[in-house]
Amino acid sequence: MMRIWVLMFVMAIPGLVAAQEARPLAENPQAEARLRALAVELRCLVCQNQTLADSNAPLAEDLRREVREMIAKNMSDQEIIDFLVERYGDFVLYRPPLRATTTLLWIGPFLLLAIAGTALVLAVRRRQNTLPEVIVSEADHQRVEQLLSDGAKRP
Amino acid sequence: MKRFLLPLAIFVVMVGFLAVGLTLNPREVPSPLVGKAAPDFSLPQLHESDKVFSPKELAGKVWLLNFWASWCNGCKEEHPVLMQIAKSGEVPIYGADYKDTREEALTWLRRWGNPYQLVAVDEAGRVGINYGVYGVPETYVIDKAGKIRYKQIGPVDQDVLEKKILPLVRELQNQ
Repeated sequence: MMRIWVLMFVMAIPGLVAAQEARPLAENPQAEARLRALAVELRCLVCQNQTLADSNAPLAEDLRREVREMIAKNMSDQEIIDFLVERYGDFVLYRPPLRATTTLLWIGPFLLLAIAGTALVLAVRRRQNTLPEVIVSEADHQRVEQLLSDGAKRP
Repeated sequence: MKRFLLPLAIFVVMVGFLAVGLTLNPREVPSPLVGKAAPDFSLPQLHESDKVFSPKELAGKVWLLNFWASWCNGCKEEHPVLMQIAKSGEVPIYGADYKDTREEALTWLRRWGNPYQLVAVDEAGRVGINYGVYGVPETYVIDKAGKIRYKQIGPVDQDVLEKKILPLVRELQNQ
């Protein structure tokens, strides 16, 4: 039993060390949380499919530093985002704003959905109209009966 | 035959979109700063570290601001073109040494030649951020009123120089 306790204590040591190393970040947990919330909304311009939070590019590091400083200066999220958009354009935003140039981007999917839906309805209707009205006569019925009973007789 | 017409039309439109998409370079993000005043700064100079450089000093001139670094491959690539501009004397080039060390930058210029009137040192990359730099080299054409008129993302090549930069510079100089 004693041995297990010792083992557990030894295993916990790296955790203690790591916790100490992370302290500078945790000094202001609120600011870090804001940085994280902002950084996932912002695009890293070097590796364009990564957010500012994910990217290890030097520019992303610099931009995180800028954002951190702006948070320290008590700027609002909107002010920080405006600062970056002024310099890098709407491209830094992962959610592009609705503007004249981005209407196709925003409306496009719904437009395609509407077109596809209309096409489907039209196609189904047209098919219904083109299906021939089949008239089954008494003779046909008798023939079916005949064929089925013939088939049943086979071993 | 008629029923293939619509899918064919859709296909052609799609191919059209994709073909245009292929010719676009996703790395070229249009800068919102074009047409706006060049952000002001005051940075220490590379060769004389006790002196500073500020774009205000160049009011009334058309000039190029080139962000570069000794660690940057594209900068080596465009370097002969910059040397050619410097030799022609048509427009002065001012450098901003972006996130670099002084010694390496000086060595680089000694080794390959210095096309710049003056180089400012942006060690922390803050001025770069103000200019919306996201990868060196980037070159800005700045007019007499201190406005950014053009931004070249990536190396300046002969084609860009002759078709875009020089005609624009001449036009701005005559204003």
